[in-house]
Amino acid sequence: MSKPIVATTSLAGCFGCHMSILDIDEKILDLIELVEFNKSPIDDIKTFTKKCDIGLIEGGCCNSENIHVLKDFRKNCKILVSVGECAIMGGLPALRNGIPIKECLDEAYINGPSVQHNPKGIIPNDDELPMLLDRVYPCHEIVKIDYYLPGCPPRAELIWNALVALVTGDELKLPYEVVKFD
Amino acid sequence: MATNVQDIITKYNKDKTRLMDVLIDVQSEHGYIPKDITKEIARELDISHVDVEQTMSFYHFFSETPTGKYAIFLNDSAVANMMGRQKVKETFERETGIKFGNVTPDGAIGLFDTSCIGMNDQEPAALINGRVFTNLTPFRVKEILRDIKDGKAVEEMYSAAFGDGENRNELIKSVVQNNIRKKGPILSEDYTPGIVIWKKLPEMTPEQVIDEVKKSNIRGRGGAGFPTGLKWEFCRKAAGEKKYIFCNADEGEPGTFKDRVILTERPKLLFEGMVIAGYAVGATEGIVYVRHEYTYLKNYLENLLQGARDRNLLGKNIGGIEGFDFDIRLQFGAGAYVCGEESALIESSEGKRGEPRDRPPFPVEKGYLGMPTVVNNVETLCSVVKVLLNGGEWYAKFGTKDSSGTKLMSISGDCKYPGVYEVEWGFSVKDILEMAGADEDRVQAVQVGGPSGSLIGPDEFSRTLCFADLATGGSLIIIDNSRDLLTDIVLNFTEFFVEESCGSCSTCRNIPNMMKLKLEKILDARGIAQDITDLEEWGKVLKVSRCGLGQTAGNPILTSIKNFRHLYEEKIQKDKDYDTEFDMAAAVKASCEAAGRIPNLN
Repeated sequence: MSKPIVATTSLAGCFGCHMSILDIDEKILDLIELVEFNKSPIDDIKTFTKKCDIGLIEGGCCNSENIHVLKDFRKNCKILVSVGECAIMGGLPALRNGIPIKECLDEAYINGPSVQHNPKGIIPNDDELPMLLDRVYPCHEIVKIDYYLPGCPPRAELIWNALVALVTGDELKLPYEVVKFD
Repeated sequence: MATNVQDIITKYNKDKTRLMDVLIDVQSEHGYIPKDITKEIARELDISHVDVEQTMSFYHFFSETPTGKYAIFLNDSAVANMMGRQKVKETFERETGIKFGNVTPDGAIGLFDTSCIGMNDQEPAALINGRVFTNLTPFRVKEILRDIKDGKAVEEMYSAAFGDGENRNELIKSVVQNNIRKKGPILSEDYTPGIVIWKKLPEMTPEQVIDEVKKSNIRGRGGAGFPTGLKWEFCRKAAGEKKYIFCNADEGEPGTFKDRVILTERPKLLFEGMVIAGYAVGATEGIVYVRHEYTYLKNYLENLLQGARDRNLLGKNIGGIEGFDFDIRLQFGAGAYVCGEESALIESSEGKRGEPRDRPPFPVEKGYLGMPTVVNNVETLCSVVKVLLNGGEWYAKFGTKDSSGTKLMSISGDCKYPGVYEVEWGFSVKDILEMAGADEDRVQAVQVGGPSGSLIGPDEFSRTLCFADLATGGSLIIIDNSRDLLTDIVLNFTEFFVEESCGSCSTCRNIPNMMKLKLEKILDARGIAQDITDLEEWGKVLKVSRCGLGQTAGNPILTSIKNFRHLYEEKIQKDKDYDTEFDMAAAVKASCEAAGRIPNLN
């Protein structure tokens, strides 16, 4: 039997969850024995080259590109997992959700104390740029998500245990130390 | 204005624990409590300004802005809506030219929604400057508004005769009807006020009183059903230089109005019960916490308390018992359902926000002002008078094995005879439907115990009312098949919990609101099967809330899913197992406008 194929991405996140994946240390050698990676920053494959079994999503959706990537993952992965606070609830980026987007943009590009020179009061508007959403959305509001791994970031062991459980079909080990948050 | 506030503060001895009373008086005097007054209150009571503001902002009937010369609070309970509230509301809005939540430009009339005001048997009802107007119709609304235009005083605006019994009393003069449909030991006329104090207490030790109450097996009537004798014993044994007896007359559970009737018709029985409790526990002060909506009974009750003092039923050496001193005062609330929770009620009486305390310690150990305190329901305190008069064994004969005595039921909704029924525990729902003249073939559901209780269907009507089966604080709302159960009842009750959460626990602050949105999604035919599962799962999380309000806030939805699942299932989209409600065009509209670019939606 061929190895299960895993894809990962970071949407509106900080890559902290991906760092946590790398935190499994020497187990990374076991990991590449266990699974094959496709689209992922880990192997730098930019587009899906085949259908995947598991998609790990870090971060929520703050712009139109996040939405496209997430929908692409849903199309190409049998199982999608929201990894970490931002994917599950929006996380830190969602702090802007109570503020109208125009106010956010004005503060960032026109009126903010760090704005040095913008005499024409331009807010970036190139067509190449992703369009910002009115608020940051958790992934499950955009596509169906099958599993959730909580944490900021989820501990390396939790991600590892979850992957192993998904691949082997065994029950997920959830010792207290892995899911306590204080 | 300034001297006025000074008078009020002086009246309460500049005591910061009486902040509620100060605010109530200012609100009623001025129609609102502006910032300069809250600052003055803070200075005079020697507390910080935010202390005043946080208490003030907590209660529905305190307002920082003027509420109008005539402040009209129209009840928004489920039954009010069933009885035609919508048309009454529309008439108010059309005739005054303003929407609810506003005051007319000339400052004459304010229109506001309010949670159940305890008049479910005579809805639609409203409070106008604290006075109750019942059985409102569009026609009646026009009359009232005409009277307001003519500048009539509120008490001159009644067109119908006053209600029955003591509602006609010179000191009450209200159109409220008692609607007593069935009497038992509590509502019986066969009662001589003071009889236990004169004849029984002098011959009994406090311990004997507690024993007698224990023998009766009486359990608290507020809904939780804690054995009363045991509570008294705990408090008696607790160490404290002063002890307090609280009567919880804050019945805020929509659909409940039995305490209103007791406070109107049997207040002496209640006061005597408090004196008995005071004697048993060793307390010197009693406080009746009355919900704001019953302020129209204030002068009447104050007068009776004075009468009791004159007759030595309150005061020093009561009933000739050397050294037995006990007095009672009224404490009014200001519109907060959560204050019916005993520790929140104590907090409120201390002049603070009505937020429930962490327990333990329980009030019997550390209650009002940190002293041992018994909090009993109105009905419980009334019952103990009869227990002492006739003996605990006599009382235990009423009702069932685990639930002794009688229970006052507040019956409302779709039936011929809404009102108060004093029945023995052990009656079935079916019995009550028959008594109340409900057309059984048409009844689709009964809400037992108010929004925090359960919504049951006909297959459960043979269940009996008792702590072992269907426990209830005493309200039954009958709903016939002309009603849309989910919209008229479940959504209304859920909105009630959203409105009444004190906000202290994040569960109760957030989840009811999320559940409400989800229910609206289902009602709007946008739901999927997962939404029903989500509601059930989220409801479980509410159980970690600190008080009963939060723990039961999901009950309208949870019990209706359990007993009327088909109503949910027939509304959801069956062909979808996932439905994103995300709309890219709507989501990027604002940012594209701000940046001046045309959305690219491909």
